[in-house]
Amino acid sequence: MEQSEQNVVAQTETTTQLPKPAALQDTRPSDAAVPDTPGPTVFETKKVSIYYGSFRAVTDVSLNIHENEITAFIGPSGCGKTTVLRTLNRMNDLVTGARVEGDVEYRGASLYAKDVSAISVRRRIGMVFQKPNPFPKSIYDNVAYGPRINGQRNKAKLDEIVEKSLRGAALWDEVKDRLKNSGLGLSGGQAQRLCIARTLAVEPDVVLMDEPCSALDPIATGAIEDLMHEIKSQYTIVIVTHNMQQATRVSDRTAFYSVLRDEKSDTRTGVLVEYGRTAQIFEDPHDSRTQAYVTGRMG
Amino acid sequence: MTTMAAPREAPDLREPKGWRRSKNRIMTVLMVLSFVLVIIPLGFVLFTVIAKGASTISWQFLTGSPIPPNVLPAGVGGMWPAVLGTLLITGLATLMAVPLGILGAIYLNEYGGRGWLAALIGFMSDVMTGVPSIVMGLFIFSIWVLHFGYSGLAGAFALGCLMLPVVIRSSYEMLRLVPDPLREASYALGATKARVTMTVVLPAALGGIVSGALLAIARAAGETAPLLFTILTVTTANPNVFSGANTSLPSQIFSNATQPYTGAQDRGWGAALTLIAICFILMIAARLVTARFTRYSR
Repeated sequence: MEQSEQNVVAQTETTTQLPKPAALQDTRPSDAAVPDTPGPTVFETKKVSIYYGSFRAVTDVSLNIHENEITAFIGPSGCGKTTVLRTLNRMNDLVTGARVEGDVEYRGASLYAKDVSAISVRRRIGMVFQKPNPFPKSIYDNVAYGPRINGQRNKAKLDEIVEKSLRGAALWDEVKDRLKNSGLGLSGGQAQRLCIARTLAVEPDVVLMDEPCSALDPIATGAIEDLMHEIKSQYTIVIVTHNMQQATRVSDRTAFYSVLRDEKSDTRTGVLVEYGRTAQIFEDPHDSRTQAYVTGRMG
Repeated sequence: MTTMAAPREAPDLREPKGWRRSKNRIMTVLMVLSFVLVIIPLGFVLFTVIAKGASTISWQFLTGSPIPPNVLPAGVGGMWPAVLGTLLITGLATLMAVPLGILGAIYLNEYGGRGWLAALIGFMSDVMTGVPSIVMGLFIFSIWVLHFGYSGLAGAFALGCLMLPVVIRSSYEMLRLVPDPLREASYALGATKARVTMTVVLPAALGGIVSGALLAIARAAGETAPLLFTILTVTTANPNVFSGANTSLPSQIFSNATQPYTGAQDRGWGAALTLIAICFILMIAARLVTARFTRYSR
């Protein structure tokens, strides 16, 4: 008994002396020197402020999001990054009392113009949510849901879309023999990839991801990050993440948001502090708040 | 290196003795007792009805016609007019109340929001739940029967009015339980509100909605008071539910069981057992159908 306890202690001591596993070290070459040649602009937000009732959640956000890039939104809780993300496909319309000031242009068209239908917007701009939310339907029906509501009735065509989307989400091999099983029976990581497949099935132009990995373990997270790299040649991706390592691993550009506290009225509002290429934000931040955050001194 | 201290006693992880333990026991016993208390009347009702009614039930009893006069002994005629009347009138009431009630609940939960109209409808439907069934019968009597005469339709109106608030309330509660992330997932794929409601919200709530509707149907099938004013009680089968006086199992139970003649009393028990059996079969059928629709919900 005593002997084995000593062994355990000895083992623990050795492990702590081991060098860090290679995976934890940043092996990405610094691309700060590579010239910045962004693709066409997909989103252009112009001094966007978002209100919930009389509460101003986010103030004056102006940024451009480029085609076939992954843009990450990072920042402490309550800084409004999810709120900004949800204005990009008008999901905030569903929140009672939500209101947008300023303008969001999507490929040159204003998203908040009077005659714009939120339905048409969301058919082009899909969204993956924080918690995997498969429908209580079969795996097949989950993926076929989007094409069906868009009028696709042809069985052969649907089969093809379902397979293509599930392959796109790197889930096909795991579920191809049980497409008729419930989507709720999948593990967390599989369910999230199912939700991504469901989003890809309507062939969107943009995929918005709201902390897609926060409910997942590291292996599932890795699978989703690999997936994002694979699909970014066809889609424009905007991802909100709490995980700064994730932002450095996946994104081309990073927007850092922070909370501005008004001492007099004791209100908090989110602001965009700094926006730039990911390497620059993490290695050479221009704003002291960004530096404090990315080096772990704040938030 | 750690030096081993004197061997410590293993911690006592058992439930501590004393008041907490006694409280646990007392509460467990109370819960079991109340369950038994609830089961006893149910068991007695079932036992009595089966014991007294089973001997009367026969193919002839279920399908024979007409319902004989009270003085005749058991075994003459049959309850077919009442069985048919109950099926037709309750079925018609269901056709009126269930779709309307579910649509009302959808309006309250999905469309009405916090508007004054939704609040008013919700409040009125709750008030309607409290209206005694005999009052509902009198209401239909005064606005329909006085002008158009007794008919199965009038009875269905009365039963439908009784069912409607129950269906609205139970469906509303079920729709409220559907998690918002499911709605958002559907909206994010470009679904319209109608699509979201039809293809995501309703299927997710279907099991509960069907349960609620079944409770309402079972309650309506057993109602006597509102039918006395609206369909009258006749002894011959009337397959035309839209005109002419009709009859039903509860009315027949009432008119037979209040008689001094043993034949009539036996027929009353037989009718009671038939009514219970019909509700039971209906419940099972609906459960099977719902299980098919909700097979992916877990």
